[in-house]
Amino acid sequence: MNNISFYFGLIISGLLIKNVLLAQFLGICPFLGVSKKTSSAVGMGMAVTIVLVVASMISYAFYYLVQVPFHLEFLRTISFIIIIASIVQLIEVITKKYMKGLYESLGVYLPLITTNCAVLGIAILNINNGYDFLGSILYALGSGLGFLLVIVLFSAIREKLDLLDIPKAFKGLPIALITAAFMSLAFIGFGGVL
Amino acid sequence: MKVSDIFKNGIYKKNAIFIMLLGMCPTLAVTTSLSNAIGMGVSVIAILTMSNILISILRKVIPPAVRIPAFIGIIAALVTVIEMLIHAYIPTLYISLGIYLPLIVVNCIILERAESFASKNKVIHAAFDGLAVGLGFSLALIIIAFFRELFGTGALLGFHILPASTNMLIMILPPGAFLTLGILLGVISHFTNKKKEELENE
Repeated sequence: MNNISFYFGLIISGLLIKNVLLAQFLGICPFLGVSKKTSSAVGMGMAVTIVLVVASMISYAFYYLVQVPFHLEFLRTISFIIIIASIVQLIEVITKKYMKGLYESLGVYLPLITTNCAVLGIAILNINNGYDFLGSILYALGSGLGFLLVIVLFSAIREKLDLLDIPKAFKGLPIALITAAFMSLAFIGFGGVL
Repeated sequence: MKVSDIFKNGIYKKNAIFIMLLGMCPTLAVTTSLSNAIGMGVSVIAILTMSNILISILRKVIPPAVRIPAFIGIIAALVTVIEMLIHAYIPTLYISLGIYLPLIVVNCIILERAESFASKNKVIHAAFDGLAVGLGFSLALIIIAFFRELFGTGALLGFHILPASTNMLIMILPPGAFLTLGILLGVISHFTNKKKEELENE
């Protein structure tokens, strides 16, 4: 397999085919919780994308440079969650100090990301699937953008759902979940792309 | 606090999935079959009970300012232990739960119970709370998996019940997870609304 098509495939697979939200069910809590307004969905999606890429890079480097040489692979889960928590704190401090505009738009979503399973999940998947360094970054980028795409689309649909006459019992989350089912069905159609 | 109240709250009054809407990722992902749901449920019961006990024992030692990282550290250690046990003794379950086994670390239910119950109550109550909330979680997983496996494959735990012509593949694909949970939540809110109206009329 030639390299360029492999790397391109990783992005497409993260973005559409194996979408973090609709096919792998990673990060469902923010998907349902922060998708009532499109503006907050955009903020959440961008914050997740940034943390995903940085966390994948650092956890990859830590795993292969520290854990594998010292045979500490069994500490993977603990070390990755600590790495993610510190990265989230670090990004919060850095953006607060140097990038005021970005902090104002993303700041409130950052603390929520520590317990977002998408970040830990993609970091572990990178190792489980045996991707190299570049592959890990691209897969994380594709997944982050996939998260952004789906949460923004979903929030746009939810804004419209509020105006419709839905049976009382299904108002709110039940109808949102059924909508997500149809979006997921549509995304299955991307399965034949690669 | 009465033990029976702890069980009532954990299992149905404040059910983690259907009422509190916590821990959605494993709920949607591992409910493709009843055996996976049971495996996940038992793992969560074990981890939740042990983490509640440990956090309740250490509740006066952990400084409040760093309690969240400390809780996550304890939970991650327990998850690693369970992960290694399942890998060693039930390798088929280890493969079918896959990535969702280490992801129990970021399951909001466990952190929520640590923060709102175990860090404020006695060890014995915390242990019962872990057991009760874990049971409620497992019960919800089993209900969802029951419908998905039955309508998706026509079988339950490997026993064929429905004829192959009624199988709906969509139920065991990702959309089926959203659909089943959405419909179940709608049905539950229908009955809670009805109950509320009855109480108001009286």
